[in-house]
Amino acid sequence: MSAAEATRRYGDSSDSSSTASGSVIGASVTRFDGSAKIRGAATYALEHRPANVAHAVLVPSTIAAGRVRSIGTAMAEAAPGVLKVLTPDNAPTLKAASDWLGNPPARPDYQPLTAEIAYAGQYIALVIAETFEQATQATHLLDIVYEEADAVSGLRDVAEGGGFLAEPMTREWGDAQAAFASAPVQIEQEYEMPREFQMPIEPNGLIAEWQGDKLTIWEPCQWLDGMARTYSEWFGIPFENVRIISPYIGGGFGSKAFCGPHDAIGAMAAKMLGRPVKLALTRPQIFSSIGGRAATRQTIAIGATKEGKLLSIVHTGASETSINETWVEPLGVVTALMYATPNLSSHQRVVRVNTVMPGAKRAPGENPSAFGIESAIDELAYEIGMDPLEIRLRNYAEEDPHTRKPWSTRQLREAFAAGAEAFGWSRRKPEPRSMRDGHHLIGWGVAAGTYPVRRAAGEARVRLLADGTVEVSSSTIDMGQGAYTVIAQTAAEVFGLPLDKVAVKLGDSSLPRAGVTGGSRMAGVMTSAVHKTAVALREQLVELALTHPASPFRALQANTLTVADGRISSPLADGAVISIGSFLAAIGKTEIDATRDTFAEIGIDPKDSYKNYTTIAMAPPPTAGDFSLHSWCAHFIEVRVDEDFGTVRVSRAVSAFDSGRLYNPRLAASQIKGGIIMGIGQALLEEGLVDGRHARLMNANLADYLIPTNADIPDIEVISVGIPDPHASALGGKGVGELGIVGVAPAIANAVFHATGKRIRDLPITLDKLI
Amino acid sequence: MRDFTYQRPASLAEARNAAALPGAMLLAGGTTLLDLAKCGVAAPETVIDISHLPGLASIEVGLQGARIGALAKMSAVADNAGIIREFPAVSEALWQSASAQLRNMATIGGNLLQRTRCAYFRDPSGFPACNKRNPGSGCSALGGVTRNHAVLGASPSCIATNPGDLAVALVAFDAQVELGARTVALEDFLLTPGDHPERETDLRPGEIIATVSIPASVAARRSTYLKVRDRQSYEFAAASAAVGIEFEPDGRTIRDLRVALGGVATRPWRARNVEDALKGKVLEPDAVRRASLLAMEGAIAQADNHYKIELAPRVVARALLKTGELA
Repeated sequence: MSAAEATRRYGDSSDSSSTASGSVIGASVTRFDGSAKIRGAATYALEHRPANVAHAVLVPSTIAAGRVRSIGTAMAEAAPGVLKVLTPDNAPTLKAASDWLGNPPARPDYQPLTAEIAYAGQYIALVIAETFEQATQATHLLDIVYEEADAVSGLRDVAEGGGFLAEPMTREWGDAQAAFASAPVQIEQEYEMPREFQMPIEPNGLIAEWQGDKLTIWEPCQWLDGMARTYSEWFGIPFENVRIISPYIGGGFGSKAFCGPHDAIGAMAAKMLGRPVKLALTRPQIFSSIGGRAATRQTIAIGATKEGKLLSIVHTGASETSINETWVEPLGVVTALMYATPNLSSHQRVVRVNTVMPGAKRAPGENPSAFGIESAIDELAYEIGMDPLEIRLRNYAEEDPHTRKPWSTRQLREAFAAGAEAFGWSRRKPEPRSMRDGHHLIGWGVAAGTYPVRRAAGEARVRLLADGTVEVSSSTIDMGQGAYTVIAQTAAEVFGLPLDKVAVKLGDSSLPRAGVTGGSRMAGVMTSAVHKTAVALREQLVELALTHPASPFRALQANTLTVADGRISSPLADGAVISIGSFLAAIGKTEIDATRDTFAEIGIDPKDSYKNYTTIAMAPPPTAGDFSLHSWCAHFIEVRVDEDFGTVRVSRAVSAFDSGRLYNPRLAASQIKGGIIMGIGQALLEEGLVDGRHARLMNANLADYLIPTNADIPDIEVISVGIPDPHASALGGKGVGELGIVGVAPAIANAVFHATGKRIRDLPITLDKLI
Repeated sequence: MRDFTYQRPASLAEARNAAALPGAMLLAGGTTLLDLAKCGVAAPETVIDISHLPGLASIEVGLQGARIGALAKMSAVADNAGIIREFPAVSEALWQSASAQLRNMATIGGNLLQRTRCAYFRDPSGFPACNKRNPGSGCSALGGVTRNHAVLGASPSCIATNPGDLAVALVAFDAQVELGARTVALEDFLLTPGDHPERETDLRPGEIIATVSIPASVAARRSTYLKVRDRQSYEFAAASAAVGIEFEPDGRTIRDLRVALGGVATRPWRARNVEDALKGKVLEPDAVRRASLLAMEGAIAQADNHYKIELAPRVVARALLKTGELA
């Protein structure tokens, strides 16, 4: 697949009715790529078929701790079609790569295949053969001898206070312990969440092809420039020598933003063989290749007045990480942000266990943090006999309680009001077990969510072509959230063109650069960059029209011209009206183009361009500057719990959200709904089941690791209450993608308490906990 | 997946001969065989494809009952008007099984022979010890993650749950499987593990299920299948019940009663003690709830599955009261 084939035009969409009008930012147009995906015409990265490709299959460790004593490869090497068997004995050593913050590695070398085992599923061998089947067959012929050691299977294996303190997570103001101790009302509870996995339907994997010291990778990828940097560092080649192609992504949720060991092994195999190598992970392998959400445990103590005013929050958390690497799932981020409290203390420990290093799953940090604080505040409401919505309003934070900076915008009060109105919250009976329908106990719950505005600089190229069409290109990616579409809307607006006159090229690291599609930043970053670039190109067009010797407008002696509906005209309507294409022909050009970046707007030195795109080190925190920038939401959930069986069904969901200005309300609503659906799964179904004796995951497949089916999801109503936020982005939008999941699980847990009178503090809320 | 020889016999007789050879496995819908081959449990030397054999996919429902060809698809049986009318519990059990894609592929014969979902059984590389896979090697599930393991019919050798839905409904209504020369009651055909969990059925070398027959009964006509699980679709039962009731002419007194449980036992579990306790009695909630507790006689819980002992009688009671139109 060439980059050109990944170009999407609006004419590809199934909904041609919306192409003629509404080609502006803020219109609810359908996805550029929708029709191609439905028809099977969208070619994903791993569907690329390079000539002479060899197929590789990984062999995972069956033990979680210890070492591989030996791997006998003779039979596998002699099997039909086998080209090579890589083991710790013959795999080359790579250079270690810096992390996503750009921190240099602790050790200079990296061995993606090693004999020392730190988690079950760690790769210990690779078989490469002419066909996938031959490679798979040969993996069974390896003679592997282990020396097993004791493993730490999870947080419950480690005594309270184990692990190490994650110092940057500490938040302290006032005297939280003393204020809690003297508070008239005190609650203190522990909240737990299990290990979870992203489980995109498109599996992770790669196709690697070397030409000399140039590496081309086809891979579903949320961060082309970041992963290209990792490959370049591993193999000691210039960054420019790595090209990653990722035209579409079948779900990422954080699992496709960083390189994993399989990436190093696959690219290494291609280099050793001198042939393209395809390495697609199997579904079970995905569970131990890219870490999901870390298991977490939090204790929250709240001191309050009898009127429900917070006096103190004391929060301690623990999250798991792997033996050799450190991932911190920040547990105090919402705790220290959501409510006005004069005293707060938040500390987090990180515990090493024998697991693949955890990673980013939708709203890492905010998600578990909100489960803790939004459950605890609900418990406080019942403790003092106050409506759970009222207690949230009573403690509404009028400014950022940590930095004391004003919010840029915070439409959370409006979200509570709009959600409550649409849901009918005023008809709620306050007592638990007071609402029922036959065998079903009915419960209504509320919880709030938030996610920071993560800003970054972006770059775009815009071309204006002789046929009057516009082409926008960037190395950002579309993982189903609508990047192709909102980028086209932005360019179309600037040129006054219908959407079907705009083409968008994404997903190729040779295009103008973009940072990670993660942290809900893509739309803000890229609409800013594309808007700036398109305006610059429009000005260039007008300048040419005013000054070019062959321009029909030159005689007008005008100061400016109007560019609209694909035509150039005088604002006084006293001259020619000429299509952009005809104008370019008149001045003898086939195209004009512009490339711009937004470093100046974000306050980044252009010298830091590489670091800006390939790490997240340059991204300003949400509290940089004079304001505190965040998106907000309020979820209202109805559950029906069968009183005999303990089964919980979400029967209604209404969510109001403040993501600032929406570039495409239809796509934004889809994102919020997707987050809510994932939140329903998290609340009721998802759990990595670990055999504590062997630190081994027991449900590494999609029949036993439960995510919601259509039957589990009710109609979901989402309401936007956002207003343009000029501090968040050039066009006024805040983040969308992660926000929707934050607060869903506590809203469901709170609804379950209202229905049953049982408070479930460890997710998921399965029937055995309620029966 | 490992290499194997593929055979495509021309007739059922030819298939029976081929199936008698060691290392041979049948392929019909393939939904179980391919799954087990991928996770390393099934490693057939020969795969005998019977999916094309003629005359084995018919569904006949008459006065005597139903005769279902072993190659009939789950979705076809679930949607058959005669089955829906005469054996609603059978149709309901199928609709609540697997996913639409699987139901469109999987056959009735294969469904009855599906293997347990015990995660230890399905993970041979991680857990070599499994008495089902390697007789005498031990049971890795004991002391492990046991939320979905059996509380009834287990032994120190094996606590794996039979995952079926259809088989539960069939056992409730005395279905039989025709194996060629022999016809056997399904309840006897599916075995509890005892000391030999590797023996799951009474299928002898060279035998193939050709037909499943269900005798007509008044209780089967008034029947239901109730399946309880955390996810609303595509999940195995935490507990399920197939029940059918025949009333005396007074419309209240129970003349005949059928109760079978799923999701809790090492095979589809006919609860005759519940049936006997309620036959001749008036169907009313208290009596039903009391009698339903008998279904758990002899139950033994593991660390994570105590809830099944609470849950299963409630499922039986709800199913009975619903069928009797009291719930």
